[in-house]
Amino acid sequence: MMRALLMSALMLALFGCGEKIQSQTNARDAGDQQAYLGAHDPFVTKGWTAGNKAEWEKHMRARTQTQNESVRINGI
Amino acid sequence: MARMKFICDAERCIECNACVTACKNENEVPWGVNRRRVVTINDGLVGQEKSISVACMHCSDAPCMAVCPVDCFYRTDEGVVLHDKDICIGCGYCSYACPFGAPQFPSNGAFGLRGKMDKCTFCAGGPEENGSKAEFEKYGRNRLSEGKLPACAEMCSTKALLGGDGDVVADIFRERVVHRGKGSEVWGWGTAYGKLPNPKAKPAPEKKS
Repeated sequence: MMRALLMSALMLALFGCGEKIQSQTNARDAGDQQAYLGAHDPFVTKGWTAGNKAEWEKHMRARTQTQNESVRINGI
Repeated sequence: MARMKFICDAERCIECNACVTACKNENEVPWGVNRRRVVTINDGLVGQEKSISVACMHCSDAPCMAVCPVDCFYRTDEGVVLHDKDICIGCGYCSYACPFGAPQFPSNGAFGLRGKMDKCTFCAGGPEENGSKAEFEKYGRNRLSEGKLPACAEMCSTKALLGGDGDVVADIFRERVVHRGKGSEVWGWGTAYGKLPNPKAKPAPEKKS
């Protein structure tokens, strides 16, 4: 009886240590669209296809490298 | 893709505030709100003055998300912390929780009315259709969905502020630090303009009248 009581008290105490899920799943709940789906405006850059995640990620990595002066100076 | 992150290089930032201006212009941020700002320490002390551009750091374990009573925050697949202004009640808890002072509140109403929270979105808009008018009016431009990086980072003239995939910007920064050295090596006349042609040369003595 005491053991069961102790176990339930422990369970209750551990429950308080839990953290609510902060994953991206609630992003979709909020109605947000994924960035790789593209924007409905005339300012979308060329070099990738809207809706293609792999292409978008590759494009973004390449664009991030434009901030790398070593690459820019060496013209790679 | 890894998480989107900002890094600001304190050795390079020249406190020009171009990032602040770029952000305000790109997102049409309302008067009184600065999503990004430049903080300077040791102002005026030669060799010790450091500036850094600060905005929402899109924390992996964001305290603003944890304290929000209406749970208006969410995180995108790219690790960008965004919020829904339709849910926000403008209580200001996030402002107290944030160590960077990122959440801002427009106060253009009567009696210091505090509006809905506004903060850096990593130029990723909000929970509206990508690139729509509604999204722009509430959250600003959605440059990520246009295949671009945040305007502040892309605008930075000295490339002190880097933004993008955390792994990539970390690599850029690491390579930079390895090449330029550390501490006093990165500051001074020689670093900025090259070594003097004759290091032993001394200025001519002043003529006493």
